[in-house]
Amino acid sequence: MASTEIDAVPQKGLYGWISARFPLDSILRDHLTEYYAPKNFNFWYYFGALSIVVLAIQLITGIFLTMNYKPSAADAFASVEYIMRDVEWGWLIRYMHSTGASAFFIVVYLHMFRALMYGSYRAPRELLWILGMVIYLALMAEAFMGYLLPWGNMSFWGAQVIVNLFSTIPFVGDSLVEWIRGDYYISDITLNRFFALHVIALPLILVFLVIAHILALHEVGSNNPDGIEIKKVKDASGRPLDGIAFHPYYTVKDTFGLGVFLIIFCGIVFFAPSFGGLFLEPPNFDPANPMQTPPHIAPVWYFTPFYAMLRAVPSFAGTQVWGVIVMFSAIALLFFLPWLDKSPVKSIRYKGPITKFMLGVFAVSFVVLAVCGMKPPQGIYPLLSRIFTVTYFLFFLLMPWYSRIDSTKTVPSRVTYHDHEH
Amino acid sequence: MMSDDVDLGRRQLLTTATTLTGAVGAVFVATPFLASWKPSARAKALGAPVEIDIAKLEPGAMLKVEWRGKPVWILRRTPEMLASLKTATPLLADPDSNASDQPAYAKNSGRASNEEYFVVLGVCTHLGCSPASKFTPGDVTVSADWPGGFYCPCHGSKFDLAGRVFKGVPAPKNLVVPPYSFASPTRVVVGAEAQTA
Repeated sequence: MASTEIDAVPQKGLYGWISARFPLDSILRDHLTEYYAPKNFNFWYYFGALSIVVLAIQLITGIFLTMNYKPSAADAFASVEYIMRDVEWGWLIRYMHSTGASAFFIVVYLHMFRALMYGSYRAPRELLWILGMVIYLALMAEAFMGYLLPWGNMSFWGAQVIVNLFSTIPFVGDSLVEWIRGDYYISDITLNRFFALHVIALPLILVFLVIAHILALHEVGSNNPDGIEIKKVKDASGRPLDGIAFHPYYTVKDTFGLGVFLIIFCGIVFFAPSFGGLFLEPPNFDPANPMQTPPHIAPVWYFTPFYAMLRAVPSFAGTQVWGVIVMFSAIALLFFLPWLDKSPVKSIRYKGPITKFMLGVFAVSFVVLAVCGMKPPQGIYPLLSRIFTVTYFLFFLLMPWYSRIDSTKTVPSRVTYHDHEH
Repeated sequence: MMSDDVDLGRRQLLTTATTLTGAVGAVFVATPFLASWKPSARAKALGAPVEIDIAKLEPGAMLKVEWRGKPVWILRRTPEMLASLKTATPLLADPDSNASDQPAYAKNSGRASNEEYFVVLGVCTHLGCSPASKFTPGDVTVSADWPGGFYCPCHGSKFDLAGRVFKGVPAPKNLVVPPYSFASPTRVVVGAEAQTA
């Protein structure tokens, strides 16, 4: 959509002076005032914009936290307590950051589920989807390394378990783990390098990836709940008939969504920052102790579905690399979605009962696994983990088959849109 | 004056040669950055052997010490504890420690150079949690037929009083026995083999 036309009347003032020297005008046009998004966006389309807001919250609060945080094994835990007790408003900045971490995953999971429902990963948006998945991976790395920084006992043991996943890799595992830690255990050295990655390397990568994600989106255009390409039907001036300018229409809509989001976000920050042990785990209120494993180790909720899969697979042939393979495959399969889905239609609205059922199975599996991953590996939970690990994988592995044979409804040529007078 | 005739073959060769030279340079430049992640000289020095006085360790009691940031357990086993190793054997995945890690002098049923003193890394071979001591046979928090041993709270792995892993648990191997030696009958050195004199 790069606009090549030159404005007949040169702009005046500061804006004109800048425009003559910088493509401000065309950037605003291409990405806001003349970026045409489908007019039928619904509730599910809030979460892309909200993830950018949460990224901004994390960057700003993160910068202010580093001003008082000390990345050393001797000082880290105390410096977090110092932020909480002595720094003016430090508690607020830290709770915004810790709540922001969970909020990030909530909006990103909803954003991803939206893509699953409406087929937003399908051609021509495969690269957009892959960029999004890479953002998700970077976000997981960012969250994992950030979780070590408070140097609580769950920080320490969580990092111990996750870093040791790499030790299961045959032949190179042990030296690889030693290289990641820079020591024979999770130590001051590990903490210091995770801090560097958490505050510099990964945020930079995340910001670049988000820019690439948005550029890719604006190149191919947004999908919509009908899964119809609005660029196929254009008016005389070449604008999609079912498209409306992102600004002001969707900036206004997203501002409303932001308001609702912030009410919930502030509610958690002010009244339930640990969210019943889900957002901040109780063992992390004790300092890291290499000699004392907490009675029950569980990662933060956003990792628990994959953690449940890791635990669900027993070791055999003298290695437990299988659980690690299953866990990473669960994420890797998402990258292949654009090619696993063979359905002639994109959106769930026009797909058949089998696809709807399987998407339901996937959502239920993810939630049940998330719960299993939080619980101790006793009683019913190991069995549930195994069953729902299988169903999680069946959603992907059977997709080339069921997406092809499932019935479909006729896709309309224009998006379905009901104005609110009806 | 430049000729209009471009020697494309020469241009391709020079481009390839420049790219390859640049790539080799990039590998050389990357090396110090990647190597900087390896344990530093200080980290290696802090990983030196530790000597522990076990004169006051009573039968049935266990001492926890730290070596390379990991818990090392020294358990003084009673005759009953040693007897429990035999009753546990049918439940074990690797009773003879064939697929497990220990020095040659600890590859026996008691997994120790001196049967009475069991020295082991208190780190689960699954994902590195520290198992809990459950020495009482029949401990209901583990199982009714429990012969006594160690239980990992993270993922439910079980080990007997020689650190041998049970069947059907996530941990693939027996607990690791570190290199150790006795400097005197009451002093254990963890991290150093006995000097073969």
